Amino acid sequence: MLQTNLKHVESRNDFKNLIENNENVMICCGRMGPMCLPVYDVMEQLEQGEDYKHVSFRDMEFDSHDAAVIRELPETKGFMSLPFTVYFKNGKLVRATSSIQSSEQVTSILDEAFKK
Amino acid sequence: MQDQNYDAIILGGGPAGLTAGIYLSRAKLKTLILDQGIIGGQMVLSYEIANYPGVEKTTGFQLSNTMKKQAISFGCQIQSNVKITSIDFESETKKIEVNGNTTFHSKAIIIATGGKSRSLNIDGEDTFKGKGISYCATCDGDFFQDKKIIVVGGGNTALEEAVSLTKYAKKVSIVHQFDNFQALEHAVEEAEKNEKIEFVLESRITEFKGDDSLKSVMIENINTKEVREKSIDGVFIFIGYEANTNFLNNKCIKLNQWNEIEVNKNLQTNIEGVFAAGDACQKRYRQITTAVSDGTISALNTAEYILSKKGKLAESV
Repeated sequence: MLQTNLKHVESRNDFKNLIENNENVMICCGRMGPMCLPVYDVMEQLEQGEDYKHVSFRDMEFDSHDAAVIRELPETKGFMSLPFTVYFKNGKLVRATSSIQSSEQVTSILDEAFKK
Repeated sequence: MQDQNYDAIILGGGPAGLTAGIYLSRAKLKTLILDQGIIGGQMVLSYEIANYPGVEKTTGFQLSNTMKKQAISFGCQIQSNVKITSIDFESETKKIEVNGNTTFHSKAIIIATGGKSRSLNIDGEDTFKGKGISYCATCDGDFFQDKKIIVVGGGNTALEEAVSLTKYAKKVSIVHQFDNFQALEHAVEEAEKNEKIEFVLESRITEFKGDDSLKSVMIENINTKEVREKSIDGVFIFIGYEANTNFLNNKCIKLNQWNEIEVNKNLQTNIEGVFAAGDACQKRYRQITTAVSDGTISALNTAEYILSKKGKLAESV
């Protein structure tokens, strides 16, 4: 289990319900590793702030069986660095990134993909 | 625009900044730590720390969380992932504007912005970051099971990580620009006796190529200038660190030729009331322990500076 303050996606069903029932979703799929922690930190801060209340922030344990829903997406083919971070709009994947991302990189994607 | 006043502001929340935060807050000075990234700095990037005295073995994440809790327990305020949009260090009251909407004022500043991994800055590096190019062997090594990879660099980290990556990769080529290594002898010996490792010396990568992921690199022999294409699945880059001081360009803080902050023995910069600590400073050894030492020295001198200013103010009233 990831030790973050984010809500976790724990199963395929969780994942399906999440992207079907929320307009804007960001999921960081990783481990408690050096390249993943900064992304969780950025997400926790954005979740607590006022600017991204329209986005659902979640994480998912990369090594869990059901994380195949992210690991095996066509858009993450070729990814070879943790974490895999995926963005869904109305159930459709709109962006995916591999490896560490800064606050600026994340907010730039959120602003572009999930315009208010 | 919001305005807030502090006795001291620390730029950077790595071990130097957090230590300074602990000391200044404990001295009852109103202190704020601002960091443009995650609290913990490069310390968070260490999977295992085994040489921090008093702690047998821990992770960088745990150690940074403990330091952060300790600083907060003494009243230190901490903000991470902020964007510094403007700086005024030269006035008597220092000003730092963040996110374009808040200005923090303080009597003194400690710059503890640390360092960042150096990149090669060549064509394709950004494109294939995370798609074959990595800066963390422990994080990404298992993506390269039975693959051919390159490790770039000639220091301890490069050679040790090259050896550790042979657990996964079928072949590891170490590409290094010189004909000898900066790494310690035992690290070189370990690499030399590993059958999966080959050495490509006096050479450098000039371009990364691929499609969805990295497929090959162009390698130039520095002596002959001959360039050849090498098919490859991954490249790990370990070519050291550089001071995180770009934001100080044209801000009157004196930097040396490597953009490290020049300080005196009290860790004071050339600007009154501005101190510096940790890996952003000119120094030979960059360790968590040396950063903690710098944090302590800079905080004690900062406290003395602030109290002397307060004393002068009281005398004049």
